[in-house]
Amino acid sequence: MLAEALVLSAILFVIGTLGVLVRRNAIIMFLCIELQLNAVNLSFVALARYLGIEGQLYVFFVMTVAAAEAAVGLAIIISIFRHYESVNVENFNLLKW
Amino acid sequence: MADIFFFIFAATAIGGGIGVVLQKNPVGSLLFMVGTLASIAGIYVLLDAHFLAAIQIMVYAGAVMVLFLFVIMLLNLGHDYRDDIKTGLLLFLAFATAGAIGGLLARQLRGAADNPILAHFPGPEGMEQLLAEQGIVGAIARPLFTDYVVAFELTGILLLVALVGAVAIAKRKV
Repeated sequence: MLAEALVLSAILFVIGTLGVLVRRNAIIMFLCIELQLNAVNLSFVALARYLGIEGQLYVFFVMTVAAAEAAVGLAIIISIFRHYESVNVENFNLLKW
Repeated sequence: MADIFFFIFAATAIGGGIGVVLQKNPVGSLLFMVGTLASIAGIYVLLDAHFLAAIQIMVYAGAVMVLFLFVIMLLNLGHDYRDDIKTGLLLFLAFATAGAIGGLLARQLRGAADNPILAHFPGPEGMEQLLAEQGIVGAIARPLFTDYVVAFELTGILLLVALVGAVAIAKRKV
């Protein structure tokens, strides 16, 4: 089942990348980043079955970091929304040249 | 039997992922994401990671997705049906980048499952033996509280910092 799980992980990662690149809604871009993290977690778990339990430990740590990242990222989105009244990344052009 | 379940879960995970990207309504996207996360939890069970499957459902599909839903509801984005998918050159560049990443991953994955290095490790049989001896929670907890205890404690500090940071950023007057 290793090969199938790794292929599924790659497909989910590509879908997540595509989502980050094609959407303009900041919250959905953020959801797609979570999807990418999950794809990587899946390959960790699939390989942990062959290479030892440590792979599952790394997934545990990745999940913690992802939860912390979601909290801080959503706080930033709320802060930006208060300023621009929108979460569309087209409007955030202060750093654009 | 496990293979049939794997393909069912894989199909729902990929379908949910495509739904997340294509759904215009943020709440709909979020519900597709919950479906994807639940399917991945099912695959974790098939891959002998029962503890992580439970954590995935409770922390990811439960807590993190509810946090996203709170923010969508708080900012009143639930009825925002405007089409925000990029068009033209930007869409083409996005597909080209994703295709390039997919190609690189496919190249790395070819033959990964029968890499000779896998023979040096115990493999699924060793994992089953470990689970029979200690159970999944014991098998994860033993290294977590011995070899990786520093990382574990640092994770606690990270969560505290993230908590304080999130409150400070969201509370600030702009």
